[in-house]
Amino acid sequence: MTRTFLGMPATAPPGVGHLRGDEPFPAAARRALSDAQLRRNLGHATATIRARSGAVIDEVPDWPQLRAAARAVKTDTMARLPELLEQLETAVTRAGGTVHWAADAVEANRIVTDLVRAAGADRVMKVKSMATQEIGLNEALAAAGIEPVETDLAELIVQLGDDRPSHILVPAIHRNRAEIREIFLRAMPGVDPTISDEPAALAAAARRHLRETFLSTRVAVSGANFAVAETGALAVVESEGNGRMCLTLPETLITVMGIEKVVPTWRDLEIFLQLLPRASTGERMNPYTSMWTGVTPGDGPQAFHLVLLDNGRSAVLADPVGRQALHCIRCSACLNVCPVYERTGGHAYGSVYPGPIGAVLSPQLTGVDDNASLPYASTLCGACYDACPVMIDIPSILVHLRGQAPHPRAEATAMAAAAYTMDHPALYAAAQRAAKLSRLAGPRGRGLPPPLSGWTASRDLPEPPAETFRQWWADR
Amino acid sequence: MRVALFVTCLADTMVPQAAVATVRLLERLGHEVVFPEDQTCCGQMHVNTGYPDDALRLVRRHVRVFAPYDVVVAPSGSCVGSVRHQHAMVARRAGDERLAVRAEDVASRTYELSEFLVDVLGVTDVGAYYPHRVTYHPTCHSLRMLRVGDRPLRLLRAVRGLDLVELPEAEQCCGFGGTFAVKNADTSTAMLADKMRNVLTTRADVCTAGDASCLMHIGGGLSRLRAGVRTVHLAEILASTEAEPAGGAVATMPGVPCRPDAPNPGGTR
Ligand code: SF4
Repeated sequence: MTRTFLGMPATAPPGVGHLRGDEPFPAAARRALSDAQLRRNLGHATATIRARSGAVIDEVPDWPQLRAAARAVKTDTMARLPELLEQLETAVTRAGGTVHWAADAVEANRIVTDLVRAAGADRVMKVKSMATQEIGLNEALAAAGIEPVETDLAELIVQLGDDRPSHILVPAIHRNRAEIREIFLRAMPGVDPTISDEPAALAAAARRHLRETFLSTRVAVSGANFAVAETGALAVVESEGNGRMCLTLPETLITVMGIEKVVPTWRDLEIFLQLLPRASTGERMNPYTSMWTGVTPGDGPQAFHLVLLDNGRSAVLADPVGRQALHCIRCSACLNVCPVYERTGGHAYGSVYPGPIGAVLSPQLTGVDDNASLPYASTLCGACYDACPVMIDIPSILVHLRGQAPHPRAEATAMAAAAYTMDHPALYAAAQRAAKLSRLAGPRGRGLPPPLSGWTASRDLPEPPAETFRQWWADR
Repeated sequence: MRVALFVTCLADTMVPQAAVATVRLLERLGHEVVFPEDQTCCGQMHVNTGYPDDALRLVRRHVRVFAPYDVVVAPSGSCVGSVRHQHAMVARRAGDERLAVRAEDVASRTYELSEFLVDVLGVTDVGAYYPHRVTYHPTCHSLRMLRVGDRPLRLLRAVRGLDLVELPEAEQCCGFGGTFAVKNADTSTAMLADKMRNVLTTRADVCTAGDASCLMHIGGGLSRLRAGVRTVHLAEILASTEAEPAGGAVATMPGVPCRPDAPNPGGTR
C-alpha cells in the first residue's frame, strides 16, 4: 500500500486514461458541428432534461439555501481534506474494508488489476463510474486479460458500440433510439432480430443480456458519489438498479473514488441527496440510493476495497481559485444548460469530463498546457454557474485558467500592444482615426486574414462610422 | 444629477450612435453628462482572453479616471460587468490591495444604463416614441452578471408606439463571447444561427439589447443573411422621440440593406 502525500501536487500522467483529446477543441468541435444527426439528438436531449430539471427545482422553496449549504460543506471539506481522508480510512478499516491510496491512474489501475487477480476472476462487472473512465480502467483490465462488463444501460451502449461516452450522466446522449437498436443488433449476443426501438424493449433486451453476468461474476468495480468520513459509509445513486445488483451480488467489491468525494458527516448527505437528483436527471429522488459500510458477514460482498484516487486532484487543491472545481458532484446540470456543449457534444472536449466542468477540471488535472484549448471553449455566458447545485463559479475558473494557458506569440504581442495603446489616450485616439478597418478588411470584412476571417466567414463586419463618439463630443 | 459617461471602447469606436443616444437621453431627463476624455477601455477583452497582466494598466487607468465622479453610467452590461466583477480581482491578483479597494468603490457607483434609469432615477417611462416591432435579446452579461432582470423590458414597454415581441429562447447566448467568436468561430456561428432563427420567427423589424458587442455579432449575421432586421441599441430606442425620431442613422449596421418590402427605417409601419 502506498500513500499519497497530499501536499505534493502532481498532475495526471499522460498516456493513460481519458483526460486528453487528440486534437484541440475547435477542430474537434468543427467535426461535431457538421453532424446534423448529432446536433438534433443533443438539442432534443438537453432541452428535455433542462425542462424537467427546471420544473422540479422550482418545487423546492429553499433551493438557494441548499446550494449555499452544499458550497459551505464542500469548502470546509477541501480546507481539511487530508484530515478527513484519514478519518475515512480509519472508519472504513474499522468496518472491515481495506483502503488503498493511488497517486495516479497508473497506480490505481495496478491496484485494481492486482485485486481482481487475487480474487481469481477473469471478468468484473462495473457500476457506472467517472473515476474508472478517467483512469482508463477498462483498457487496463482488458490488457491484463480481464473482461470488464458495463452494467449501466447507457454505458453498455457505449461499450457495445465501441464508442466513447459523451456526457457525465447520459454517456450515450449522442445516440437516438434507432441508433441504439442497431448497436444492439450488431453487438449484443442473442438479441431478438425483430426488436423494436421502443425504450422499454431496448431496456428489456439489455436486462436479459446482463442477468447472466450479474449471477455469475464474483468481482464488481464501482465508483462512489459520496463517502462519509465519520462512518466510513459509501454511497452510489442511480436510476436503473443495475448498480445495486453489482454492489450486493458479488463476493468482492472494489470502489474507486476521487479523493474529493468525501463529506465530513452523515448529516451532510441530506443536502446533497436533495440537490443531486433534481439538478441532474430532473427527478425528485434517485430511484436507487445504495449505501454500504465495510462488510457484513453473510450479507453482501465479503471483501471490500476502497481505492482513493488522486490523479491530479492535489494539484487542483493547491490552486486557491481553481480548487472549487473539486466541489463538483457530477450532476451534469452545467452540460445540459451549456450552449457550447449543446452544439458540439461531449467528444469535442477530448476528456471524460465534457461541458463547462470539463473545460475547467480536465486542464487542471492534466496541467493547463495539455488541455490549453479547453478554457476557451466557452463564451463565459454564465449559464453553468446559475445551474450548478453546488455553486461552482465556472466562468471565473475559466478566466483564471486562460491566464495560465500558453498564448500564441502573435496574440500576446497584439494584446500587449493594445493595452499599451489604450493606456495612452492620444495614441488611442490616433489608432481610432486610423482604424478604417473596413478598408483594410475589404467590403464587410471579407478580406481579413485568419484568424479574423473566422468571424467574417459568417458575419459582416460593420463599417466604422464617419466619426467616433470622442470626435462627436469634441465637436458639439 | 451629474453623470460621468463611461462610453466603452467599442461604442466609442464602432457604435457611437449608442453613446450619443445615451447622452441625449440623460440630458433630456435633465441630467448633466460629463465625458472624462482620458478613459479608454475597461480591459475586459484582456482579462477574458487570459491577459490579466496587460489588463492591470487599463484597470488602473479606469479607476483613476472615474474615481472623482459620484455616478458612472455605461450603455453596456458587459463592460459594467467587467468593472464590477473583474477589476478588483485583477488588482488583487497583482497584489495591489489599495487599487482593489478603490476599484470596488468605483464599481459600486457604476451602472448599466437600464439599472441607472430604473434603480437610481426611478423612471421607467422616459418619454420615448419608437413605432416599430421590437424584440429584446437579454445578453448574458446583463442577464447573469448584472441581473438587470426585466428592467430593459419595463423601459421598452413604456415606449409609445413600440410593439414588443418576445424572443424565443431569449436567454441562450448568441455565441459572441469576445474572442470566442474568433477562436471558436464554427461553434460561435452555430449559436448565432439559432439566435437569428429565433429573431426571425418574431417577425420584428428591430432586435435590441443593452450590449453593442452582442448586437454587432447578431447584426453581422443578419446582414449576411440580408434578413432586413436591424439591430439597434436600447439607448437609441429610449432616446428616440416624436420630435427627434431615431432615423436611418440608428442602425448599428450601416451597411445593412432593409427588407425590400419594409417601410423606410425612420417611418411608421
Ligand atoms: S460543475 Fe456543478 S453543475 Fe456541473 S456537473 Fe459539477 S456539480 Fe453539476
